[in-house]
Amino acid sequence: MSDEQTYSAAGEVGQVRQRRTRLQRIWLDLKKAPPTAIFGMLVVSIYAFVALFAPFLAPHGEAQIFKEPYAAWGGQFLLGTDQIGRDIFSRLIYGARNTIGIALTTTILSFAVGGSLGLIAAINQNWVDQVMSRLVDVLMAIPSLIFALMLLSIFGSTTWGLIIIIAMLDSTRVFRLTRAVSLNVVVMDYVEAARLRGEKLPWIMRREILPNILPPLVAEFGLRFSFVFLAIAALSFLGVGIQPPTADWGSMVRENASLIQFAKYDLKGAMTPLMPAAAIALLTVAVNFIVDWFLQKTSGLKDEQ
Amino acid sequence: MSNKAAAKGDILLEMKDVVIDGFADERWNEIIKGVSLTLRRGEVLGLIGESGAGKSTLGLGAMGFARPGCRLTSGEIIFDGIELRTMPERKKRKLWGTRIAYVAQSAAAAFNPAHRLLDQTIEASLRKGLVSEKEAKLDAVALYRAMQLPDPEHIGFRFPHQVSGGQLQRAMTAMAMASRPDLIIFDEPTTALDVTTQVNVLASMRDAVEQFNTAAIYITHDLAVVAQMADRIKVLRYGEEMEEAETREMLKSPKHPYTKSLWSVRSIHKEPKTSDDYILEIQGVDAAYGKDVKVLHDVSISIPRGKTVAIVGESGSGKSTAARVVTGLLPPVKGQVVFNGTPLSPELKHRSKDQLQRIQMIYQMADTAMNPRHTVKEIIGRPLEFYLGLKGARQEQKVIELLHKIELDEGFLDRLPGELSGGQKQRICIARALAAEPELIICDEVTSALDQIVQEGILKLLLKLQEDLGVSYIFITHDIATVQAISDEIVVMYQGKVVEQGLKTQIMTPPYPEYTQLLLSSVPEMDPDWLTNLLKERAEKKAG
Amino acid sequence: MHPIVKTVIQRLMLGVFTLFLVSLIIFSAIQFLPGDFGEAVLGQSATEDTVAAFRKELGLDQPAYKRYFNWVGGVVQGDFGSSFSGRASSGVDRSRKVVDLIAPRLENTLFLASMTALIAVPLALFLGITTALYRNSIYDRVVNAVTLTTIATPEFFVAYILILFLASLNQWLPSLANIDASMSLGEKIYKSALPSLTLTLVIVAHMMRMTRAAIINLLASPYIEMARLKGLSSRQVILRHALPNAWAPIATVIAFNLAYLVVGVVIVEVVFVYPGVGQLMVDAVRTRDIPVVQASALFFAGTYIMLNLIADIIGIITNPRILHPR
Repeated sequence: MSDEQTYSAAGEVGQVRQRRTRLQRIWLDLKKAPPTAIFGMLVVSIYAFVALFAPFLAPHGEAQIFKEPYAAWGGQFLLGTDQIGRDIFSRLIYGARNTIGIALTTTILSFAVGGSLGLIAAINQNWVDQVMSRLVDVLMAIPSLIFALMLLSIFGSTTWGLIIIIAMLDSTRVFRLTRAVSLNVVVMDYVEAARLRGEKLPWIMRREILPNILPPLVAEFGLRFSFVFLAIAALSFLGVGIQPPTADWGSMVRENASLIQFAKYDLKGAMTPLMPAAAIALLTVAVNFIVDWFLQKTSGLKDEQ
Repeated sequence: MSNKAAAKGDILLEMKDVVIDGFADERWNEIIKGVSLTLRRGEVLGLIGESGAGKSTLGLGAMGFARPGCRLTSGEIIFDGIELRTMPERKKRKLWGTRIAYVAQSAAAAFNPAHRLLDQTIEASLRKGLVSEKEAKLDAVALYRAMQLPDPEHIGFRFPHQVSGGQLQRAMTAMAMASRPDLIIFDEPTTALDVTTQVNVLASMRDAVEQFNTAAIYITHDLAVVAQMADRIKVLRYGEEMEEAETREMLKSPKHPYTKSLWSVRSIHKEPKTSDDYILEIQGVDAAYGKDVKVLHDVSISIPRGKTVAIVGESGSGKSTAARVVTGLLPPVKGQVVFNGTPLSPELKHRSKDQLQRIQMIYQMADTAMNPRHTVKEIIGRPLEFYLGLKGARQEQKVIELLHKIELDEGFLDRLPGELSGGQKQRICIARALAAEPELIICDEVTSALDQIVQEGILKLLLKLQEDLGVSYIFITHDIATVQAISDEIVVMYQGKVVEQGLKTQIMTPPYPEYTQLLLSSVPEMDPDWLTNLLKERAEKKAG
Repeated sequence: MHPIVKTVIQRLMLGVFTLFLVSLIIFSAIQFLPGDFGEAVLGQSATEDTVAAFRKELGLDQPAYKRYFNWVGGVVQGDFGSSFSGRASSGVDRSRKVVDLIAPRLENTLFLASMTALIAVPLALFLGITTALYRNSIYDRVVNAVTLTTIATPEFFVAYILILFLASLNQWLPSLANIDASMSLGEKIYKSALPSLTLTLVIVAHMMRMTRAAIINLLASPYIEMARLKGLSSRQVILRHALPNAWAPIATVIAFNLAYLVVGVVIVEVVFVYPGVGQLMVDAVRTRDIPVVQASALFFAGTYIMLNLIADIIGIITNPRILHPR
C-alpha cells in the first residue's frame, strides 16, 4: 500500500441516510405518496369515521320502519326507503359499521390463527409443519366460497358463525403466506447466528423473525381484508350472510335489486341498490390502492427490470 | 501475446466520452461518467474494476445495448465506422450476434433451458443467411472441438441443464464464435467457476480469440485473470477511468494508487507459527445431509491455540460442512469434536451456554448475517447481555469499546445495517463475535464478498485482534492469496476428505500431493505469462 | 419408466387422494348437524316414528365409516340420495332425487362457464401479453387502471351496472337468463349474454394481470437478454425463447382463473336467475337441504381440483428438465 491511499474504516463510503425519527419518516413518506394512495387513504379515513360515529350521523334508526315503502329520493328520506319502509341512507351509514366491523374482526381472527400457525410451521419444519401444510393444501382444494356455503348450511347463518367460518377458511391463505415469508427469513444467517448464540425459540421468533416479516404481512392484511369484505358482502347478497334486520351493504343490494328494472321510469330509484354496491367497490378499490403503494415502497420492487 | 499489440490492425471500436445513465430512486443517475476507449482489430482489452464500477454496463454499451432501466445518454460509440449510440435498435440487431457477440457471466442462466445447445449455438449465424443449417452444425461441432468440449459430435444435442458449468461456459464461447464476429464482449466469464476449471476455460477462450483474430473486451474483477487474456488493461472505478496501460506495463508499475490497491491482499505476509496445545480437534468425523448424501469422510483437523488454520478447497469440498459440524448445526454421523480437551455434544441444543460462548462464527455475507431491523447497538449488545449479563449504560460503554477495537466509533451506535458499507458491516459482525469473548472464531469466507482494499483492512484487523486477544481462527476460504495473508497452518480439502494439513510454509513448497499441486498451480498469478507457462508445463508432464 | 410418466402419475394419484379427502370433508358435514335436525326438516309436528325413520334413511344409526362408504358408493354410481325438501311431518316423502335436480343444471352451468372461458381466455392472454410487451406505455397504464378497479369490484356490482345500461335503460339484452333445454343454441347464447359478459369482465381482469406479471418475470431472464444480444427480432425472442418457457406459468394462470370462474358463477347465476348449479346450491343452503349442498359442493370442488391438476401436468410436460433428464 502506498502512502497516498490512506484507509479508514469509519470513513468508508456507506449509504448513510440522515437520521430521522419514526414520525418524520412517516410524514416524509406520506408527502411523497402518489395521488392514488392519497385518495385511498382519504376514502378509508372517511369510512372509518362513518363507521365509528354511525349513530350520530344517521338521521333515522337502523331498523326503524316507516309507513311508506319504496319512498322516492329526497324529502324526509334522502335516498328513499326500502321494500318495508326503512330509510336507505341511515341503513347505508349503519351498514358501514356492520359490514366493515365484521370484515375487520374476521380478518384479525384469520391473521391471529393463520399467522401464528404459519410462523410455528416455518420455524419447526418438522411433522407439525408437514401435517399443517398438507391439511391446508386439502382445505384450499375446495373453493372458499363453496366451502363457506356448505358450512353455513350446517351451522346456520349467525354473525359469529359467519365470522368464524370465513376466518378459518381465510386463515389457510394467511398460513401459506406467513409460512413462505418466514421461511425466507428463517434461512438467513442472522437467525442461525442467534441459534448458535443459544437463544430460545420465542426470542428468535419475536426479535429476529417478526420484525422482518411484518411489511409483507401488513400488505397482505389489506388484501385479505378486501377479500374477506367482498366474500361477506357476496354471502349477504346471496342471503346466507349477515341476517336482517342488521343493515349491511350486501343484503341491501339484493333487497332493492328489482328497482333497477324500472330505471327508465325512475332513474334515481334504480340507483338505490347500486349505492351500497358502489360503497363496497369504493372501499376495496381504496384499500387496493394503498396496498399497491405500500408494497412498492417496502419491497423497493417495481415490475421493471 | 502482448507484443502483438503494436502489430494489430485498424481501429475497430471507438468510444468517446460515453455517459450511461441508470434509473433508480425516481431519477436518472450516471453509471458511466464519460469513458473513452479504443480497440483495434484482433486486440484484447481488459476492463477491470470492483463491484459497482460499471464494467458490465460499459461492456454492453460497446454493443450499443442498454439494459432495461438504463440509457446511453451521450458520447460516441463507433463500431467499424458505424455510430451505434443513436442507431435504431432494428439496425443494431443486424450487427448483434453476427459482428459483435456477447459471452455472459452465468452461462447456466444465459442458455435457454428449452432448447438444445446446438440449436442455440447456430441461431445467430443461420439468421445471417450465409450458411445452410447443415454447414452451421458442422461448424459448431468444430468449434466445440476447438473449445475442448468432451464428445463434440454429440454434446450439442444436450440441453443446458445436462451439461456442467465449465462446459456451458465453453459452449457459450463457441456460440459467440459461431458467426466469426469481429468483436466479442466477455462479461466475467469465469467468475462462477472453480479455479481448477477456470484454467481450462481461460485457455480455450484465449486460443479461440487468437485463432480467429477476434477483438475482445474482457471484463473481470480479477487482475491476475485479465493479465492472461488482455493486451491492454483499463481500470474502472465508480464509472470513471482510473488508468489504462499495456498489460506488462500495468503489472510492473501501476500509476494510480487505486490500481495499486488491487494487489493489497497479496501484500500482507504473516510468519507462520504453530503450537502443540490444541484448542479444538475434529476427530475422524463423517457427516451427511439426509441419509444418503455423505459429504465428509473421516475428517480430522486440529486447531492450535492462538493460531489460524485455513481450510481451503473448491465448492463441494466439504469445508463449510466441517464448520457446521464444529458449531453443532450438523451432528456428525461418526467421530467427535473435542474442545479444550472435552468432547462437545454433537447437537447444538445439548451444548452449554459456556461452550457456545467460546466458539463464535463470522459469515461470508455480512448483509444476511445481521438483522436489518436491529441497530448496531442492539446487534453487538445482545451477546453482551446474553452471555455476560451486561445491561444499560455498562452495556453501551462496552459496545463503544468494541467499536473502537474494530476501528469504528460511537457514531455508529444507532445505525441500521442498511446504512453501513460492506466493510463496516463485516466489522460489526467481528465485533459481535468478539463481544462474547470467544476463544475460537470460525470465519467462513469472510472476505470473499468484499473489494480488495476492504479485504486487506479486514484481514489486518483480524491479525491485530489475534495478537491482542490470543483468539484462534478457523479460516474457511477458496482464495489462496487470503490464505497466504492470514494463516499459520493450512488444511487442503477435496471431495469431503482432508488431503493434507500442515504449516503454511510446508504446504506451499513442493513436493505436493497431486490435488494440492493442481489447486495451487491453478491459482492465477500476476504474471502475463503464467497461463502460457502452466499449460506448457502440464503438457510436458503429460508427454513425459 | 420415463420420469415424466412417473411424475404425471404421481400428480394424478395426488389429485385422486385430494379428491378423496375433500369428499371426506364434505361427507362429514352431515356429522355436525344439530341433534334436532330431523324435527327441523320434517316440521315441528313430526312424530317420533317419522323422525326415527328419517334418521334411519340418513343412516344415522350406523357407524360413520359405513355411512361414508355407502355415500361414496352411491356417488360413484351417480346417486347422491334424496333432497330434504318435499318431506313432511306426516312422513310422506315427496322429495326428489338429488341427481334429477342437479343434472340439467350442471349442463347449464357448464354452458355458461365454457361460453365465458371461450371469450375470456384469448382476450386475457392477448391483453396480458401485449401490456407486458409494451409495459409502461399509455395503453398499459390504462388497461392496468381499469383492471385494478374491476378486480376490486364485487361481481354483483358489475352485474347490476351492466343490467342498468344494457337491459334497463336500453333494452338490448335480457336481464333474466331463464334458459331451458327446449331453446335453440342461438337463443341460449342471447339469454346468457349478460351473465357471461359479467363473468368475462371479472375474469379477464384477474387473468390479464397475472399473465402480464408472468410474462414480465420471464422477460427478465438472462437468456432473454442473451437472445436479444444475438440480434433476434422481438418476434423471434418472444416466439422462440420466451414462449417455450411460458406454458407452465400461463397454464397456471388460466387454471387459477377458470377455477375462480367456478366460484364467480354462483353469484352471477343468482343475479340473473340463471338455472345453474350455483343457484341451486344457494337455495339449498338457505333451506339447509344438505344432500343437495353436498352434491353441489362436490361438483365445484371436483372441477376446481381437476383444473389445477391439468395446469400442474402441463407445467410438468413442458419442463425441459423433466422432459430431458440428465
